[in-house]
Amino acid sequence: MVLSISETDKPFFKVSPVANYQILKILHTIEFAQMRWKSIAVYLPVTAVVLGLLLIVFSTAFPPVHARVDDSEQYQEIAEFASSVAQVNQWFRNDWKEANLSQAKKAEEPIVLRRLSLALHGTIPSLEELRRFESDERPDRLQQWCREMLEDPRFADYFAERITRAFVGTQGEPFLVFRRDRFRNWIVEQLNQNRPYNQVVQEIISQTGLWTGEPATNFMTHAVLNGNVDENKLAGKTVRAVLGQRIDCAQCHDHPFADWKQQDFEGLAAYFGQVRLSAFGVEDRKNQDYKVEDGITLEERTVQPEVPFQENLLPDSGTRREQLAIWSTHPDNRRFSRAAVNRIWALMFGKAFSEGAPYYARVDDLPDPEVGEGTGTALDLLSESFVASNYNIKQLIETIAALEVYRLDSTSHEIDDTVVKRQIDHWAVFPLIRLRPEQVVGSMLQATSIKTIDQNSHLLTRTFKLINENDFLKEYGDFGADELDERAGTVPQALLRMNGNLFEESTKPNPFNATPRIALASGSPEQILDTCFLTCLTRLPSQEEKDFFMNKWEDDKSRRWPQRTHDLYWALINSPEFSWNH
Amino acid sequence: MSIDRIGNLFSGLSRRDLLKASTALGVSFLLPTLSARAAEKRGNERAKSFITLWMNGGPSQLETWDPHPGTAIGGPTQEISTTFSGVNIAADYPMMAEQLQHLSLIRSLVSKEGDHERGTYFMKTGYRPDPTVIHPSIGALIPHQLETKGLEVPPYVSLGDGQWPGRGGYLGDQFDAFRVFEPGRSVQNMRARVGEKRQTDRLEGLDILAKSFRKGRQYQSEKSLHQDTVERALTMMSSDQLKAFEIEDEPESIRNKYGDSRFGRGCLVARRLIETGVRVVEVTLNGFDSHASNFEAHTNRAADLDKAFAMLVQELRDRDLYDSTIVLCIGEFGRTPKINPLDGRDHWPNGFSTLIGGGGLRSGVLIGETDPTGMATDPKDPVKVQDLYATILNQFAIDPGEELMTPIGRPLYICEGTPLMQLLDA
Repeated sequence: MVLSISETDKPFFKVSPVANYQILKILHTIEFAQMRWKSIAVYLPVTAVVLGLLLIVFSTAFPPVHARVDDSEQYQEIAEFASSVAQVNQWFRNDWKEANLSQAKKAEEPIVLRRLSLALHGTIPSLEELRRFESDERPDRLQQWCREMLEDPRFADYFAERITRAFVGTQGEPFLVFRRDRFRNWIVEQLNQNRPYNQVVQEIISQTGLWTGEPATNFMTHAVLNGNVDENKLAGKTVRAVLGQRIDCAQCHDHPFADWKQQDFEGLAAYFGQVRLSAFGVEDRKNQDYKVEDGITLEERTVQPEVPFQENLLPDSGTRREQLAIWSTHPDNRRFSRAAVNRIWALMFGKAFSEGAPYYARVDDLPDPEVGEGTGTALDLLSESFVASNYNIKQLIETIAALEVYRLDSTSHEIDDTVVKRQIDHWAVFPLIRLRPEQVVGSMLQATSIKTIDQNSHLLTRTFKLINENDFLKEYGDFGADELDERAGTVPQALLRMNGNLFEESTKPNPFNATPRIALASGSPEQILDTCFLTCLTRLPSQEEKDFFMNKWEDDKSRRWPQRTHDLYWALINSPEFSWNH
Repeated sequence: MSIDRIGNLFSGLSRRDLLKASTALGVSFLLPTLSARAAEKRGNERAKSFITLWMNGGPSQLETWDPHPGTAIGGPTQEISTTFSGVNIAADYPMMAEQLQHLSLIRSLVSKEGDHERGTYFMKTGYRPDPTVIHPSIGALIPHQLETKGLEVPPYVSLGDGQWPGRGGYLGDQFDAFRVFEPGRSVQNMRARVGEKRQTDRLEGLDILAKSFRKGRQYQSEKSLHQDTVERALTMMSSDQLKAFEIEDEPESIRNKYGDSRFGRGCLVARRLIETGVRVVEVTLNGFDSHASNFEAHTNRAADLDKAFAMLVQELRDRDLYDSTIVLCIGEFGRTPKINPLDGRDHWPNGFSTLIGGGGLRSGVLIGETDPTGMATDPKDPVKVQDLYATILNQFAIDPGEELMTPIGRPLYICEGTPLMQLLDA
């Protein structure tokens, strides 16, 4: 609407023509403003809603970059373990040289970030995190990000479940006396405090009291069978979880391969022979004998507690369990630190450090440590560093994350399969490891949300995550206590990824899912493609991939962008790259 | 051929069309394995199959196949005579009473595992739980040992919501039972979520991504079996054999005879799967853990079990499938002779019952006997589940004494038992 001001307009007041003109001008301005105001009053709410929505969509699709990385000097101890990293790197270099193997090229840093995120938080990085990482220009940004991830509450929460599985598995029984949730939450606290790992293990082995008030005692009560503590189960589990070896065969007969004798097993089981449950919880009855039925004479005989090696490490006093706790975590008991390092290694890489074992590696099947100068492996070097750091779990994780082997690519330039196999055995190429179920579901949910899903996420988001996780795990299958064993994929898992509810619910075009928002907010088809690849695979598309999808979209214009994005997501999430750590 | 036609993967496109389309496109994920149709042979010519009716929770022998009415331990359960001369069973099973002559009965199974999970592990694998190794269930061992060529659906299927379905154990997860939670209703995740054309586009996209990931990772990718599992899943999605999981085209009279329960539908689907060439099927019936109100619980279970089990035996016989199909009805343990104050019975692994028949095994054989007073803990002629499984493996021409190697190089017998000669034909 155009308002004109002319000399013929009737004056309201008898004043000079100039003044009159000025007054009219003001009145016209007011009138103009009133009319415009009416229009604004009608359109403003609609415009505001549209602008607001657009703003939200843009801000979530392309969140502003905030430097959350703490640049303070509180983490100056990097230098302390830099020499450990160098030593272990050198060990691998020597090993490759001796085996006449070349190593893979360095992996792209975002791919290493993906490995770290999967290992420490159980998900792939969010788009939000990737954008921040891209903008971080510090040369040691991976090291810094590893530290930040360790301080994120998601680390303790995720890692606690892994450690809980090592000690008490996934069982929910025996009902009443075993509280797995208490044990797990207690581990979360220990990780948050970064309590020395040897102290944590000592408490797990020797704690007394109620399973509710003293959560570490749940290690004892998880072995309760028909009201009694199963000493055999505790002995076997302790050797596996704490010493990284398997003695269980020796329960019935001498171990067929290793040096373990049946007598060793009984002697260890006797350390748990005084454990009883009472109204006060777990306690040790000092005058109680541990008796077993002799396999040959079928008569009952008393067994004295006895450790299978290094008796000199046993303390002079304490309950039987306290003595076992000190012995098994003693700095000179190398099995303990080697087992701890191997477990963390397995959680970081997805498979245990095999030390060249001729069969596939298990996290609790380590050979005896070698004795003698210069016989130590990378595992021994890391173990020594772990002991020197006062059993600092977070520092151990940082050290492994900084190793050259952790940052190698998973592709090999070698053509001969036998050479590639040797490269894998010698860690000269990063291993391809199937993601565990909780990593698959965590990654699926993260890929379909632009913002990071963490404790700060909306309650609805977290509830959706929890419900979907449980349903998905039921169908996908939970690996339980053996989650670090190497496995191949199954048909039901492929069907679940392709046609299951979780993918459909979290990717179909609706205002809560990332797919339509990416389609709406991205400026061009190239940007849509880039964003989807980053969100799902933590990388940009190759030229070949870009050509393929761009041509496809160009050829078929019948579909809308949310549908195209939905289909692209399907292909990305079902690709091997998505469900394998690489 | 138009691309629309090619995409008809998931609504019954013929195999020939599919092959043509896949070859023309060069899309490896679209290419199913070449295979003959499922075996349609009958009688002795047919490959052997195995159906387990798994009674989850531990059924009471006294309320099923070994009643002791009128005794201190018998409770209110009554007995009826059967076509199996001299053998009476609980009165809740009139239809099974008609079929019993075609089965053999063991009333003296023994185990050392009185916990549900451990008991299930033992009764499904023939090995006691061992923290150092996970043993495969008998159901996984059979397809591991035998040919399953031409089969496009999994060779080992678990029907119903069983808590611990059979596992592949050290043989690998690929030998786990394929689970169908709601048999006869739908097989979960089997249908593509989008129309034909979009599904084809998606698969083409997936193919490009898989190819680029394989670059430089050929060896590791092949070892991962990722592509293999996706291909097998796609083959299954497009297979005519998938119809074996559906019961809509069965006459209503047949469906009614099995019963419209999860278990009844499961037994009907089991028959259809066996007919299609599936080697092992497990059908679970839940609800036997009767620590309280034991008799009411067992009467309720019998309403489902009696008609479905009887109809399954009847139909296998009518269709000339019985001689090639072993049917076993078993649970993780039995229940105590003593009735507890809640009118319940507790766990009892010493002398419990199982019915077995078909597959060329002798019928009309009775093994074992329990004490009607409940005083004697051990039954007469105790039978170990290992021996029962060795008997079953014998019918499949699998040597139980053969050793398999676990991934860590530990040799283990397929089964530690020896066949029960009473059940084998002379």
